[in-house]
Amino acid sequence: MSLDSSVGVQRKLTRKEQRQADSKTRLSSPAASAFAVLIAVVWTIPTAGLLITSFRPSGDVRKSGWWTAFANPSFTLDNYVDVFGTSNVANSFFNSFIITIPAVLIPIMLALLAAYAFAWIDFKGRSFLFAFVFALQIVPIQVTLIPLLSQYVQWGLDGTYWTVWLSHTIFGLPLAIFLLHNFMKEIPRSLIEAARVDGAGHVRVFFQVLMPLLVPAIASFAIFQFLWVWNDLLVALVFAGPEYSPITRVIATLAGSFGSRWYLLAAGAFVSMVVPMVVFFSLQRYFVRGMLAGGVKG
Amino acid sequence: MMWLLKPETLPEKLAVMVVAILLFAVVMGLVLAVVDRPRLPKWVPVAGYLGPALLLITFGLLWPGMLTIRNSFYDHTGNTFVGWDNFAVIFTDEAFLIVIRNTLLWVALVPTLATALGLVYAVLVDRTRVEKFAKTLIFLPMAISMVGASIIWKFVYEYRDPGVRGDLPQIGLLNQIVVWMGGEPQQWLLIPPANTFMLIIVMIWIQAGFAMTVLSAAIKAIPDETIEAAKVDGAMGLRLFFFITVPSVRPAIIVVLTTIAMGTLKAFDIVYTMAAGGNFDTSIIANEFYTQSFNQNQQNIGAALAVLLFVMVVPIVVYNVRQMRISEGER
Repeated sequence: MSLDSSVGVQRKLTRKEQRQADSKTRLSSPAASAFAVLIAVVWTIPTAGLLITSFRPSGDVRKSGWWTAFANPSFTLDNYVDVFGTSNVANSFFNSFIITIPAVLIPIMLALLAAYAFAWIDFKGRSFLFAFVFALQIVPIQVTLIPLLSQYVQWGLDGTYWTVWLSHTIFGLPLAIFLLHNFMKEIPRSLIEAARVDGAGHVRVFFQVLMPLLVPAIASFAIFQFLWVWNDLLVALVFAGPEYSPITRVIATLAGSFGSRWYLLAAGAFVSMVVPMVVFFSLQRYFVRGMLAGGVKG
Repeated sequence: MMWLLKPETLPEKLAVMVVAILLFAVVMGLVLAVVDRPRLPKWVPVAGYLGPALLLITFGLLWPGMLTIRNSFYDHTGNTFVGWDNFAVIFTDEAFLIVIRNTLLWVALVPTLATALGLVYAVLVDRTRVEKFAKTLIFLPMAISMVGASIIWKFVYEYRDPGVRGDLPQIGLLNQIVVWMGGEPQQWLLIPPANTFMLIIVMIWIQAGFAMTVLSAAIKAIPDETIEAAKVDGAMGLRLFFFITVPSVRPAIIVVLTTIAMGTLKAFDIVYTMAAGGNFDTSIIANEFYTQSFNQNQQNIGAALAVLLFVMVVPIVVYNVRQMRISEGER
């Protein structure tokens, strides 16, 4: 999967009308339509149910299912006020931002430089090193956690933001280098060479010629890394101290300790989901493009 | 300077973040300034551009990975060599065998069902007027964290004791549906082996959007002439689907299957959040690794489980790369 599938998406747009004209031949049977609607419903209802629950008074949540809220509607923001007040949700919400912003910026910068070297500087051992980076993409992070943690403990840095940033940067790098290298390779060689002939050093070529062309690619990876870091649980559990934990970890803990206090858990869950959802809806185009370019991290 | 390591207030925390970003920018700026001077030997710019990333990858992936492989052959103190003992425990102990069985169930069911659903859905909504909206609905779970998805589904599975007279209301949707249909509400997450399937459903729910997006792009890339020719020959509906669409997007299907399989093997969050870290026979390798390493203090077993996870990922990747090579050769 390289860039050709996104080319396919673009070509489709120009033919949209024609394709819509013959759409009737494809989705003709009512059974097929019903099946599509069924999938859409099953995929939507669980989220909607929890969302409605998060706005229902706590007494109602305990006594009746969320579907009864349509018959006797009664909604409140109390659950959100409560969840910010009674637990460290607010604190961890800010921690998530503090963890995520550097953990997105730093790997992008490092990966851009490495991808540039792989794509546009000729040197011995280039393909070997690139294969090395590509191969390390598949290492499950579980394999690295314990030795990394003991190293951080030795340095006296364990439980701080610093090790969380460092770990996320390392885990994001192989995919970032691979993705950005793929995009960089697409830029015509003549552009780079023209700039080099004009006497531009690598740094000028990089910042003035390549960077502007790479904005969509950078955006794609940035969204991936943002969602990955924001939504991460494992790295946070292993490396972040309790007072520096992101919201995912706090919510996962609440799922165990809140037991049946669903009014709080529902509100907390949506507090943790609102930021990735906003990012996702506003930048969906870039997200899809990155995914089609082969960027998915497990 | 303690606040740089242990900031206490929000302004301090923000300051630490800004310091970290500035520090990084200054260091990188210095490196670039040094390597960009003219007439340096070629390895200097290469080292400047590649060095930081390679150094971090070596420090954070390669080296710890090798240490973990070593530790999987030592006891929990890390000093006594025990050969294959840790692996022998994993493959003979009854509890671990259940973990392995669950992992195999996950990795067999999640990729196939998520891909099948994604493919069917992509075909069904393709070229319809609501295509974009319909796709967003399925795609949305991709943006939600696995923790969030786990809580969403834990609520679906929620059980309430119906009481002596059996008329106390259910608040979980699944049990309410069971009651509506005249059945008995169940504690879905406590009954093995049904609970493992309940967790698998959550992962399918998350991954189907990825399958649908990639396969939808592949379907749109099928040349119109191919479809037209098949229609002229009388292929419609299911025949068109099985004899034209599926073979045409086969390379994309393989990429999707293998990618989801790898993601499934490494997925940790669902079992941790929904089943309290793998209670009631729900644990999978990615999760058992965490339990053994950080709760049971059995780092040797944890290391062996991590290595096992790695060993399971490798053939999937090799297969994926090989298939990509083949399909590139075909073009």
